[in-house]
Amino acid sequence: MLVHSKTGRWAAWSLFGLLFLPLFALPLLVVVAASFSTHWSGAFPSGPTAGNYASAVRGESLQALTTSLVTALVASLLALTVGSWAALAAAGLKRRGKRCLDALFMLPVAVPSVVVGLAVLVAFSKPPLLLNGTSSIVILAHTVLVTAFAYQSVSAAILRLDPAYEQAAASLGARPAYVLCRVKLPLLLPSLTAAAGLCFALSMGELSATMMLYPPDWMPLPVRIFTATDRGSLFSGSAVAVVLMATTLLVLLAVSRIRTRATYR
Amino acid sequence: MAEAPRLDVPGAVTAPGASAPSHTGAPFTPGPRHPAAAPGATDRPAARGADAATGPATTPDRASGGRARAGVRVVPAWLWGVPPVVVLALVFLYPLALVVQQSLTPENGGGAFDAYASVFASHGFREALGTTVWLAVGATVGCLVLGFALALVIAFVPFPGAKGVAKFIDVFLSFPSFLITLALLFIYGTVGMANGVWSDLTGAADGPFHFLATPWGVLLAEITYFTPFVMRPLLAAFSQLDTAQLEVASSLGARPARIVRRVILPEALPALAAGGSLVLVMCLNEFGIVLFTGAKDVTTLPMLVYGKAILESDYSAACVVAVVNIAISVGLFGLYRVVSKRAGA
Repeated sequence: MLVHSKTGRWAAWSLFGLLFLPLFALPLLVVVAASFSTHWSGAFPSGPTAGNYASAVRGESLQALTTSLVTALVASLLALTVGSWAALAAAGLKRRGKRCLDALFMLPVAVPSVVVGLAVLVAFSKPPLLLNGTSSIVILAHTVLVTAFAYQSVSAAILRLDPAYEQAAASLGARPAYVLCRVKLPLLLPSLTAAAGLCFALSMGELSATMMLYPPDWMPLPVRIFTATDRGSLFSGSAVAVVLMATTLLVLLAVSRIRTRATYR
Repeated sequence: MAEAPRLDVPGAVTAPGASAPSHTGAPFTPGPRHPAAAPGATDRPAARGADAATGPATTPDRASGGRARAGVRVVPAWLWGVPPVVVLALVFLYPLALVVQQSLTPENGGGAFDAYASVFASHGFREALGTTVWLAVGATVGCLVLGFALALVIAFVPFPGAKGVAKFIDVFLSFPSFLITLALLFIYGTVGMANGVWSDLTGAADGPFHFLATPWGVLLAEITYFTPFVMRPLLAAFSQLDTAQLEVASSLGARPARIVRRVILPEALPALAAGGSLVLVMCLNEFGIVLFTGAKDVTTLPMLVYGKAILESDYSAACVVAVVNIAISVGLFGLYRVVSKRAGA
């Protein structure tokens, strides 16, 4: 306890409330409120309606939602595979090699995602690999962007792993592949699912690289929100945004449930 | 793109089980015959195979196991790292190399650095560079000040629901950045909430809030979105701070301001540096917030890349801007890695 006087404490709390509520809580509330209304020209929104949602879950928006879900699912699974493979391989390396792999796999975080989009667009718009205009180019870019996060969280989890388990298994005659499948991966499962959730959330909200390379028939949800608000239909755009937030939250919640079950197993 | 919050938290990557406590290993350690199970043994499969193979394993059963593991030794540990690196090289490094190459070979002929010369000479690029840098620096400073103040209250003047607020921040981080700009459009837009309240109160036809389409709107959105990225490592660092130090300082008569300055701030400096440099890089790369603002006169480097490539189809110029952006961001990110390593992340 830093502040002992009652007035001081209340002063700190009210300062906190004054900063926190308008800056962080209000934006989310406002988007939710706007998604249920048709007008906003005063202090409060007016014209309560559920019509925004009716249009947000059908037609093009529904297609965008499934597009986003498929993209995020495939990209996060691919990223999880590549990222955790690399993290496991890096854990077996000496200091120098590990640092090299760390630097390589963290690079996509440092490079602006717009530039990642541009690079993927430039590289795969010409033979030998012509992917431009297909859905796989979007999935590829998302995979590149989220692999770094999968790598980072899995390698942090490997650091926390107690080596006694695998040493015990190996001393009892288990081969490396068996140790990996029956000891290491089950112990890493909570972190793997957490990493998958993180990758999924990031891919669901990814806009910058997607703007560079989405084909007309593969338009993810964030691009759909942008086109809606760019046309001026802010209210239906915010309904789609709420759908995006809710889907992300639901998936994160489901993933965290898997995690707790794995922990208690 | 939204950045991963929960990763580079200083202190979060402590390794409680990294050094195997001997009592955990004891029941499984059959004796000195199996050096692989000794607490100091490395966890590399190859090394373990070698130990088992050369160790004095006597029973034929064990000997065959040793031979099988010796067979695995043929695959050295670094070889396992090759497939993911090849994949990364194909889908990421090769495209980046192509961007650099294209920036050096303009489509309409000319020398290697012609595209650079023309881009650097253009007014739009220099303005975008300046805007990007000052926005990023301003947002970082704002995030550091705000994040430090908020984390201080959550950690040291706790109130009922402080845990919930910390959870809320985690959730906040998983949302895309452009939602903040979308929300600000409703709050401070020309027909938004703030202007509506103002005209209701004063009867004026027009409210005073018109900053959304200016750099200030982008600055506000960036501070809002990125402050949690500073708060997370700070909260982790504060949770490791020994509260006895605060009690001692306070019982010796130090006022809260002095405790913050002399006790808490030095403890928090590594976390502040790590969080601040992460936010700086992310602000330099931010695209969604600027795109959603829809302001014509706010152009940052990522916006310029997008504009040149997609709207103008001038790929050489886009690649030049991209190379400059990569250079700045990767340089700063390297700095961030060094700082966060020093901070113990």
